[in-house]
Amino acid sequence: MKSRNFSSLPIIILLALVSLPLVTMYVFLFVDTISDAPAGSLIPTSFTLEHWRFLWEEPKVGETSIWPVTLNTFIFAATTSSIVMTVSLMAGYALSRLNMPFRRFMLAGLITLHAFPTITLIIAIFLILQLLGLYNTLLGVIIVKTALELPFGIWIMKGFYDTVPWEIEMAGVQDGASRFTVWWKLVLPQVQPGLVALGVFSFLSAWSEFILPQVLSPSGSGQVLSTYLNSLILDDTRPDFNMFKSVGLFYAMPVIFIYLTFQKKLMNIYGGGSKG
Amino acid sequence: MRILLDSFTKTFGDVTVIKDMNLDIKSGEMLALLGPSGCGKSTTLFAICGIHGMDGGRLLFGDKDVTSLPSQKRNVGVVFQNYALYPHMNVWENIAFPLKIQKRSKAVIEKEVQAMAELVQIEELLDRKPVQLSGGQQQRVALARALVRKPDILLLDEPLANLDAKLRLEMRSEIRRIQQQTGITAVLVTHDQVEAMSMCDRIAIMNGGKIVQLSAPEEMYRNPSSDFVAGFLGNPPIAFLEGVIKDSHCHLHGGETRVALNGHAQKVSDGQKIKLGIRPEFFRPEFDLKVKGKISFIEAHGRENLYDVVLDNGDILRSIQNHDAQYQLGQEVTWGICQDNILAFDGEGERL
Ligand SMILES: Nc1ncnc2c1ncn2[C@@H]1O[C@H](COP(=O)(O)OP(=O)(O)OP(=O)(O)O)[C@@H](O)[C@H]1O
Ligand SMILES: [Mg+2]
Repeated sequence: MKSRNFSSLPIIILLALVSLPLVTMYVFLFVDTISDAPAGSLIPTSFTLEHWRFLWEEPKVGETSIWPVTLNTFIFAATTSSIVMTVSLMAGYALSRLNMPFRRFMLAGLITLHAFPTITLIIAIFLILQLLGLYNTLLGVIIVKTALELPFGIWIMKGFYDTVPWEIEMAGVQDGASRFTVWWKLVLPQVQPGLVALGVFSFLSAWSEFILPQVLSPSGSGQVLSTYLNSLILDDTRPDFNMFKSVGLFYAMPVIFIYLTFQKKLMNIYGGGSKG
Repeated sequence: MRILLDSFTKTFGDVTVIKDMNLDIKSGEMLALLGPSGCGKSTTLFAICGIHGMDGGRLLFGDKDVTSLPSQKRNVGVVFQNYALYPHMNVWENIAFPLKIQKRSKAVIEKEVQAMAELVQIEELLDRKPVQLSGGQQQRVALARALVRKPDILLLDEPLANLDAKLRLEMRSEIRRIQQQTGITAVLVTHDQVEAMSMCDRIAIMNGGKIVQLSAPEEMYRNPSSDFVAGFLGNPPIAFLEGVIKDSHCHLHGGETRVALNGHAQKVSDGQKIKLGIRPEFFRPEFDLKVKGKISFIEAHGRENLYDVVLDNGDILRSIQNHDAQYQLGQEVTWGICQDNILAFDGEGERL
């Protein structure tokens, strides 16, 4: 929207100054992955795809290929976000509409859990997972991540449900629809923007999760991209910085892509949510 | 279809909102539930459509006991105060929704929606979304949606409250026309007495969870059963004077004026306190029971003027007269009360 009340030029200049370093970093992140530069110089001298070789090269003994790891990450993020969406969708409705016992208590609990610094739980979680035999598995990480994401998701969805007028449901019931049809056909379409936003957020949150997989599934088949990148960097035998950048870019690409696609919908979560 | 509420009781927690209410609504009738805010009008309405369960009593539609029937099976159309249109559907889909739930065939739905749109005159709006409609148009859509599956009963909860004055006038006659055209039994909840009087066959006036009087509008205006009813109906409102009985006459407080109690004399005893209600149209210069006072307020209504007159004892009477009568603020006047049209109430407010 254009506003003629004041000049937007100073703001644009300020923004440009602040974001210039960031943009430069991104540009070099990209440029470095497809070029070589002499040591100590920033200016690339030759084009190469060598830094992306991890995508097609057979892994050497003792190394893992990036593809199963990517699949793991995808499974991890997709499962987490589907479970968070499903549970929040139902729990949010119950908390917003149904007159159930301990409703206040549960709401207070949600807030507390949401605000709780989850990292302090990590030792306990570690012990529990080990007890259950889920330590060092992807399933264990999924369960923990989902549980930690849920309070936020339920709270957001409750906020969205709260904005749907009570009369709309009553009108649906009067029109002869069952409670379930009312929820499915009349209420759901109105919280759908919130649901999409929540899905994207929890997907991205799981996609970029590092601490949980690192602590709960440090070795073996449960590796995800964040831990893969970490072990790559820690591995002193192959100090190829441009390849680290390539892996990093590979890891970040879905995030950028998703953000660009869902940009508008993501704004919703701040518009509709967080209403007590 | 006839609606019968038989000793209906409703409680929220430990508050009894409505106790032992009896109400008999005739088939094809339009009845107004009129009363001040919080008196239980909506509660009664929601009990009839099944949104609220009843805590006591029975509800009959025709001869059928529907007390414990769920809303979906009652076949009642409801228009909510904020219309409750489904925001993600366009007008056509909104009106078609009840029929789709009944799984009617496409052709039938198409035909019925068209017929409804014609009845409420919104044919050209069918593919708009609710947000693209004005208040009056939304109102019509809500009405069409409530009527489309041919309900036995139509319930309207303050349907005109959100409209501006001109539109309200228009929708008043519009709703009445549709009700008469379809011959449906309708209940209208309102706190606006003009709406109730102009739209409905009968008015049930409620106060504190009770129906205090149930009659036709004319009858209720002329023959209120209590000072509450008299005060609620009529615009500008009735004025009350307090007095004491002496020698079968009512002596106004602090003044010399005596009012003969035609026909009520035997119901009162000396020394009893009573209240006289005088409507503005029965206090004018031409009537015979003269009282003296001073004009304290003049309100121009265009065709008529409304005068507040303060009597010697501080009581206020209202008078409505043709605007060409030239009276000034503060002027001393001696006007008359029409004795035959005085409404007398006892100390508790019951009509004598
Ligand atoms: N869900 C509820 N829980 C507790 N009390 C309620 C509930 N709904 C209504 N009440 C009480 O019942 C009484 C009647 O409410 P109701 O909504 O029927 O009033 P109303 O006559 O429709 O008023 P208005 O003209 O303001 O809509 C009020 O005192 C209200 O506080
Ligand atoms: Mg109400």
